[in-house]
Amino acid sequence: MKATQAALFAVAGTGALALLPLAVPPFYAGLMIPFFGYAIALLGFNLLFGYTGLLSFGHAMFLGFGAYGAAVMSGVLGVNSFELVLLAVMVGSAAVALPVGLLCVRYIGIFFGMLTLAFGMLFHSFLFKFYYVTGGDSGMRVARMKILGLEFSHYNKIEFLAGPFYYYCLALLVVAGLVMWRVVHSPFGLHLRAIRDNALKAEYLGVRVYRMRLAAFIISAAFGAAGGAILGFRVGLADPELVYWTQSGQLVFMAVLGGFANFFGPIIGALTFTILQDQLQSLTQYWRFILGAILALIVIGLPEGIAGFVRKMWRRLVRRPA
Amino acid sequence: MSAFANILAGGVFHAAVLFLVAAGLQLVFGVQKIVNLACGSFYALGAYFGITFIGYASAYGVSPWLILPGLIVSGILLGFIGPPIERVLRMVYGRDESFQLLLTFALVLMFQDVFRFIWGANPRSLDSAYLIYGTIRAGDFSVPVYNLLVIAAAIATAAGLGAFLARTNYGRLLRATAENRAMAEALGVNVRRVYSVVFTLGAVLGTTAGALVVPTAAASLDMAIEFVIEAFAVVVIGGLGSMRGALIGALAVGLIRAVSIVFFPELEVLAIYVIVIAVLIFRPAGLFGRSLA
Repeated sequence: MKATQAALFAVAGTGALALLPLAVPPFYAGLMIPFFGYAIALLGFNLLFGYTGLLSFGHAMFLGFGAYGAAVMSGVLGVNSFELVLLAVMVGSAAVALPVGLLCVRYIGIFFGMLTLAFGMLFHSFLFKFYYVTGGDSGMRVARMKILGLEFSHYNKIEFLAGPFYYYCLALLVVAGLVMWRVVHSPFGLHLRAIRDNALKAEYLGVRVYRMRLAAFIISAAFGAAGGAILGFRVGLADPELVYWTQSGQLVFMAVLGGFANFFGPIIGALTFTILQDQLQSLTQYWRFILGAILALIVIGLPEGIAGFVRKMWRRLVRRPA
Repeated sequence: MSAFANILAGGVFHAAVLFLVAAGLQLVFGVQKIVNLACGSFYALGAYFGITFIGYASAYGVSPWLILPGLIVSGILLGFIGPPIERVLRMVYGRDESFQLLLTFALVLMFQDVFRFIWGANPRSLDSAYLIYGTIRAGDFSVPVYNLLVIAAAIATAAGLGAFLARTNYGRLLRATAENRAMAEALGVNVRRVYSVVFTLGAVLGTTAGALVVPTAAASLDMAIEFVIEAFAVVVIGGLGSMRGALIGALAVGLIRAVSIVFFPELEVLAIYVIVIAVLIFRPAGLFGRSLA
């Protein structure tokens, strides 16, 4: 995708998201908060999956680091500033990702997926069983915090989520998107793509494959934690369900739904998934079946996801001479 | 001492059921190179169906001696959902393994709601149906005969599968396909058929295990996603694609769980994943290498 095209799309998307709270009731605007959380986490996830070719099946662990980190900092340590929490969970998650990544990125393909899955389940069983530390299956409370040093105490929770916090998260997503755009279009990003396409050749050309994969792993962990902190803040709770392997599967689902070959794909996937899940849940108790069927259809029929499909349709429509 | 024997008996029973599901996972991975997340759903399907079967059986006064054979038969009959599902999976055989994994994940989601639709959201269990065959006691040590029969059935399945893969002609075809698909195809193996058979066999192992476990445990919506992850631990410890590995891995996981539930309940699941990670780091091929036999 050309930079001007991408910029146009990003500006249009941001504009649309910025106008949304004016058009819909606060409750629905608040429902978009998980979208922001997932979108930020998926930007990181896709650095690993789409750009480096490593499918992590335990990525929910990093969401958990973010949510539980926010719970510990706000509840136990009494930190009141969300920025500080964000910074801390990102650094903390990256710090944990270093040793975990050292072990995981020695493998690729299915073994990488299994190792990350095992680490995710390890963390989940810790959260689940050591209830006197983590609250077990009832989780830990995430207290309401100040954003940008402001209390917003005259807003109730729904108004706060639909108003100030909504725009705050939108700004975070824009920043995260800009950072990630820089990352994937830097020489580092080029290295990652070379590794994805042919690791042996890349190594021969002087790319330090192991180190680059590790760096991608650590960056994606930091993004995951930031997303997790937002998710935890919205519900006011960090619970182990957020770390279970099905949640990791859901992240992969969103990335594939939107199209992991496209920079914006995962964001589109997160948006579609969030809206779809909410609509289906209010429609029927059998929403998992429909989501599963959609996933199956995407995997079989639209392997490039929504972004790839739209692109193909657009090309067909415009039909420029080559 | 006898307390410890009780724990061991519980662990071995759990291992026997785990082995069946893990064997199905191994077979499918060994031959088709697909990690089938839906094998836990097959297990749950067998369990739910087993509940229905026993419900009817006791309503019509069927002799308790027919319960165990009946459960095995219904497990095998349920395996017939294998071929149509394999037909769907066939559409992504040429693709990256992440797509295959995701498609089986989609099946997991769909199956969960099928169970909810047919059997409801609440866990279903049978009151002490595992006592139909009585218990064996020696001092403080006691084990239901039913559990022993299930363990025997699992051992028989292991032996039968081993003999099938090692001795029979079709077993050789399976192993040849696992080893080198293109070469097997060039030599005239109907790989499509082999894939269909293997997937169905994997499904049958899962549904039978589920049907067998249901007199002793409840069937619930979460059992599919919980069990597949345990079966996954088994195959990683034992080594992907290895039948012997599935046996050893199942015993390891079953016994570790049984022992830690009693002595260190916090570590019950944790211990398993520590071992999984250790195995993946130090022996990524698992304790028992590579091939199917």
